[in-house]
Amino acid sequence: MKIAIASGKGGTGKTTLSTNLAAFFAENEELVLVDLDVEEPNSGLFIKGDAVKTEEKYKMIPQWNQDSCTLCGKCQQNCNFHAVIFLKTQVLVFPELCHSCYACSELCPTGALPMVAQRMGQLKQIKKEKLNFIESRLDIGQEQAVPLIGQTLEYIDQNFPKETIKLLDSPPGTSCPVIEATKDADFIILVTEPTPFGMHDLRLAIETMQSLNKEFGVVINRDGIGTNDIDNYCTENNIPILARIPNSKKLAEIYSKGELTYKKFPAFENELQKIKTYITNLKIS
Amino acid sequence: MKIAFTSKGTDWESKMDPRFGRTEYILVYDDEKDEFTHFDNRDIENEAHGAGPKTSQKLFEMEPQVLITGNGPGGNAAQVLEKAGIEIFIGAGEMSVKEAYQSFIDKALKRFN
Repeated sequence: MKIAIASGKGGTGKTTLSTNLAAFFAENEELVLVDLDVEEPNSGLFIKGDAVKTEEKYKMIPQWNQDSCTLCGKCQQNCNFHAVIFLKTQVLVFPELCHSCYACSELCPTGALPMVAQRMGQLKQIKKEKLNFIESRLDIGQEQAVPLIGQTLEYIDQNFPKETIKLLDSPPGTSCPVIEATKDADFIILVTEPTPFGMHDLRLAIETMQSLNKEFGVVINRDGIGTNDIDNYCTENNIPILARIPNSKKLAEIYSKGELTYKKFPAFENELQKIKTYITNLKIS
Repeated sequence: MKIAFTSKGTDWESKMDPRFGRTEYILVYDDEKDEFTHFDNRDIENEAHGAGPKTSQKLFEMEPQVLITGNGPGGNAAQVLEKAGIEIFIGAGEMSVKEAYQSFIDKALKRFN
């Protein structure tokens, strides 16, 4: 079972919730926590365990072979992403724009654009008692998060049983990386904060999840600040509020030291229990 | 010599478009024939990515020796334009095409590459 933890706005507490919820679950059962925010993964700051495995991750990019090219220009016509540009006497490939669709390569009449593996990042697996933590990190200079997110999810499917709960710490926003991270999830937890920015971006995230036909609930972080707009919005639209993490300087201080907070903060642990109960009930139904 | 402008219209009085990849028009002035040709690039707004390389490719086909624009091309586009050997001048984004041309003749524009 996959539970994605997402948000519209960045910095609302996805990692706080993901890491603490994962550790809370793992007190009693095997659980997988995956950091899919591959452009800037940070769950790993809070999970210290034994390294189990490291894998290099590659994507396939066409490489122009001048000797077999007849300069017909079909590659450029077949590329939907302007990643292959034909300039009369030469072909230029832009790896950052390439979506590894193989069209230029497969449709080249002389096979002058063979696909070549290019490293895009690294996957790490860490184990701490019942908590299995997987983090993928995109290399500096790589622009596309989607292929690495996709390969990380494949890794999860191949290495863990279907029924194990997987928490997916997702990227912020509502663009391609979020879609990739949430599209296979059985349930989405949207973390927000009760501010006008939080409200605005929560609405975008909700619209996105509705377009994907996803079931979702809201967790309000920094509860107690700002306005009641999110409460009112959720009530009007029948969106369940799963938990409220209180606004607390102490909680922020513990977080800033790279420590899990819930054990030192019973009010937070109570809220995690509510989410756990909700997820467990989903699993049964 | 053929001089290309990124512009919001197709004559001397048109405003320059400060953007390269997402320029509305590519306007090319041939100073030997004293005539304009242009390419309507407005479909580019439907492209999420790769506007720079796409517009550069179009510019390449129009075979200018010089490009006058505003902010200057991004990394991908600059790579194509470099292969094409086009001289790029920037800083004309707020001018009309006529003013941009005059500034180029007066050597008042900044060389990009």
